[in-house]
Amino acid sequence: MDWLQNLGKGTLSSFAAIGRATYLLFGALFGGKPNFKKAFPLLIKQIHVVGVQSLVLILVSGLFIGMVLALQGYTVLIDYGAEDSLGPMVSLALLRELGPVVTALLFAGRAGSALTAEIGLMKATEQLTSLEMMAVDPLRRIVAPRFWAGVISMPLLAIMFSSVGILGGHIVGVEWLGVDQGSFWSIMQASVDFTDDILNGVIKSIVFAFVVTWIALFRGYDAVPTSEGISQATTQTVVQASLAVLGLDFVLTALMFGN
Amino acid sequence: MSESELRLTSQLENSEQPSDWLKSPHVELKNVTFSRGDRLIYDNMSMIFPKGKVTAIMGPSGIGKTTLLRLIGGQLYPDSGEILVNGHNIPSLSRSELYKVRETMSMLFQSGALFTEMTVFDNVAFPIREHTKLPEDIIRTMVLMKLEAVGLRGAHSLMPNELSGGMARRAALARSIALDPELIMYDEPFVGQDPISMGVLVRLIRDLNQSLNLSSIVVSHDVTEVMSIADYIYIVADKRVIGHGTKEQLLASESPLVQQFLRGESDGPVPFHYNAQPIKQDLMQD
Repeated sequence: MDWLQNLGKGTLSSFAAIGRATYLLFGALFGGKPNFKKAFPLLIKQIHVVGVQSLVLILVSGLFIGMVLALQGYTVLIDYGAEDSLGPMVSLALLRELGPVVTALLFAGRAGSALTAEIGLMKATEQLTSLEMMAVDPLRRIVAPRFWAGVISMPLLAIMFSSVGILGGHIVGVEWLGVDQGSFWSIMQASVDFTDDILNGVIKSIVFAFVVTWIALFRGYDAVPTSEGISQATTQTVVQASLAVLGLDFVLTALMFGN
Repeated sequence: MSESELRLTSQLENSEQPSDWLKSPHVELKNVTFSRGDRLIYDNMSMIFPKGKVTAIMGPSGIGKTTLLRLIGGQLYPDSGEILVNGHNIPSLSRSELYKVRETMSMLFQSGALFTEMTVFDNVAFPIREHTKLPEDIIRTMVLMKLEAVGLRGAHSLMPNELSGGMARRAALARSIALDPELIMYDEPFVGQDPISMGVLVRLIRDLNQSLNLSSIVVSHDVTEVMSIADYIYIVADKRVIGHGTKEQLLASESPLVQQFLRGESDGPVPFHYNAQPIKQDLMQD
């Protein structure tokens, strides 16, 4: 009967973790009176840390993924004489799926793990406790600016990822493989719908940003304050955030594009 | 008043010369029981920390001296009993009420707990900026004065990772006194200090207490230093207070528990070894 006991223990522990994560989120978003004068500089700093410092990774990844998409797409489309559809193929793949999803996965690996490690280390070195003892709420001072920075940064990064990816597709498709430039852009323009494709992609990205940043912050805040505990928390952030992004992507795609 | 409170009060009143201290406690623990998981840390413990005095808590490692400070600060909650700070029962306060009470207290952590992303100056300025609307030039003057008091004015632009352990704790002390709190709790303030810094710290704790009429609670193993500054001392072991009184009263105490601790003897009523089976049994095991 050990398995039953372990199952019960695991279930209870998971529910307790969900409860703590919800408490953390509500505490960060709604705990106490917001002080915009103090919060704004903290937010700008965190947007720089989680957003601007992720920019190179996102742009380079976006460029190469766009180039690979164009290369792979061209080899298939040319067999059917449909290479003029390369533009919409690259852009729709990026705007609907790859932009939000790959950005979220890269964000989880780069900024998410860094957030977890930073907050975990702040916990281990008693910085969070000392904030509490100074009557400063760490949820408002530490967690909230990082949360909003993640939610603001990731959709912008995803848009940049898709834009650079389309440019990458253009470089390979038009400049290298000789697809007609006019067809590439005009068919893309005719095929891509602002609401269905661009807006839905941005909505996906906002949902991913919310979940990835929440997981990263919670794992750091809930980490066992030892080097091994922080290491585990960082790994958990990347694994759980990646799985959550992929799972949610299916759900959102079904809701947005499924009939 | 419960039986144990009456007993503690009568013990203090009988043994203590300045019995007036007891009439104005800054912090009071009443029948506090606290456990971590299955492990009982405090069993129905009562203590009084007088207002405006330096009260020390001493005891062997691992008996929960730091835990006691965290209970007073409201970071941990007891299983039962009351923890009164200026008359406010900490475990029953709401979050906002607790933060109000915390604005009047401060804690020096064992690790220093400086914010690693800020300079020493910004660390000390942090509580002032958070809780006041003072202009930057006044904040600068205040911070430099606090740093001067701990001998680190010249290090104000350094980052915490550029400080030694002792310097980091002194910077943390400057931060903890930045807003002139009514109560300061020191968690092992003398660990890792060189003899000069230790002497300065001892004097500083004493001077702060006298000049600002602060109440200080010092958790420490350093018997000599604690004896030199504490007005009143508690020795905690085996989940309870095993002895308390002024320095003279403790030195004159006939309790073998108290004497063992003050003389640092490994053999005595307080066990040096953690509970274990006999060593022969452990070593001869296949």
